Amino acid sequence: MKLAIIGAGAVGRSVVELAGEYGHEVVAVADSASAAVDPDGMDAAAVLERKATEGTVGDDDPADALAAEYDALVEATPTTLGDAEPGFSHVTAALERDRHAVLANKGPVAERFRELRALADDSEGDVRFEATVGGAIPAVSTVEDVEPGHVTAVRGVLNGTANFILTRMAAEGLDYEHVLAEAQDLGVAEADPSFDVEGTDAALKCVILSNVLSFGAADDPADAREFTLADADIEGIRDVPGSALQLAAEDGQTVRLIGEATGETVRVAPRLVPENGTLAVSGTQNIVQIETSHAGRLNISGRGAGGPETASAVLGDVGRLE
Amino acid sequence: MTGPDRSGTIDGDLSTDGGRSTTPSTHTVRLELNDEPGQLLAALEPIADNGGNLLSIYHERGNKTPRGRIPVEVDFEATEERFEGIVDALRAAGVNVMQAGTEEYAEDVTVVVFGHLIDTDLSDTLQRIEACASASVADVSLTAPKGTEEASSARLRLETRAGETETALAAVRSLADEKGLRVVEPLVGVDA
Repeated sequence: MKLAIIGAGAVGRSVVELAGEYGHEVVAVADSASAAVDPDGMDAAAVLERKATEGTVGDDDPADALAAEYDALVEATPTTLGDAEPGFSHVTAALERDRHAVLANKGPVAERFRELRALADDSEGDVRFEATVGGAIPAVSTVEDVEPGHVTAVRGVLNGTANFILTRMAAEGLDYEHVLAEAQDLGVAEADPSFDVEGTDAALKCVILSNVLSFGAADDPADAREFTLADADIEGIRDVPGSALQLAAEDGQTVRLIGEATGETVRVAPRLVPENGTLAVSGTQNIVQIETSHAGRLNISGRGAGGPETASAVLGDVGRLE
Repeated sequence: MTGPDRSGTIDGDLSTDGGRSTTPSTHTVRLELNDEPGQLLAALEPIADNGGNLLSIYHERGNKTPRGRIPVEVDFEATEERFEGIVDALRAAGVNVMQAGTEEYAEDVTVVVFGHLIDTDLSDTLQRIEACASASVADVSLTAPKGTEEASSARLRLETRAGETETALAAVRSLADEKGLRVVEPLVGVDA
């Protein structure tokens, strides 16, 4: 497939780098200020080198990348909330041209799912978004395989930064501020960690899963309930004291930031889980637990973030479109 | 010959007007004990001391609950009135009563509460949880590492009637909201 990759952050760059290995051609790459377009497919290494040294990917205008002759557009710009722009417009542009869109950006699927579905229904192109939930973990496609109507709930640990902090707090008996500073030094937490530690990121993923469950189970999409971030009940981990983890440990338990999506409710909160239980993954690991009507419980754990990990989910989606 | 036909009759010992039987009958209580020496004796004393006539003890030492406690079933004879006193005495002695006769305290749920627990009157908090019909506070552990000024944490073990865990948690949640405390709830119904 010919790919246009919009967004040249860690995920976009990894998609550029790995596309060839998956048998795809990159015909356009854009960051916020520049673009490189080559209908015959470009030299990934050269584009990445230029991004690293000059900060731009090429001499073209970002709009040229959107207008390029691609089969699938990869939307890997940073997640924005509310109107989910400019990601939403990028995806719209692809679908209106009957091309596919593959998202790593959570905004459009978390905030404007119904509109996106309607655009896809009117298009020859399809929308896929595996990379928006749990990085490398095939959460969305597993729910689709089991069929949303036969999934009663999806829950799990969906934010590696928050999980790293809770794991360290419990293991070392340290307080939140101390562990956060350590996580920032290690590059596990961002300078402004709000999105991760306040539960917003995990909530977006659960909102997306709830949309998958709700729309997937409905006979008519018009009857499906649409979820947005505003529907999520969110508590973060910022105030959780070390003493709470200590008391949990004395009872053989620990605290994890757990997200739950049922297709009716979305909830993210620190919860007590058995210390050695399935959900108590360590460090930056994520886990997705899928409750099914006829097949019991499925657990998938793995890396929930990272450039190559998320790019692997993006390229998996591209493969499903072929 | 088949057994006596009891359809439409009421056992002679039970009166129909809600009065209490004074004849001892057999009761079963299901307890959960910590795996420590002396726990079984400590659980049996309140039964004997309050007029219960011990009949049998089924001590499943090899079969621990998920939280590492040992389930014990005790049968004893007591009048209806004494039976209630025995259950109260067991609780007062800190024994975890999971089921008493038809009254099931089958669910045992642990939460961690944190915030300004002491400034917001912890004993009032506990009393109000107790006042909620669906739960009783079976155990409390408090940690206030930075004294009473800073945030502290408490682990509460609640015994709730079968099927009422969600109601009990909702009560804890709303009380915590009112007092500006935070609750770390378990994942109910998930044997993670």
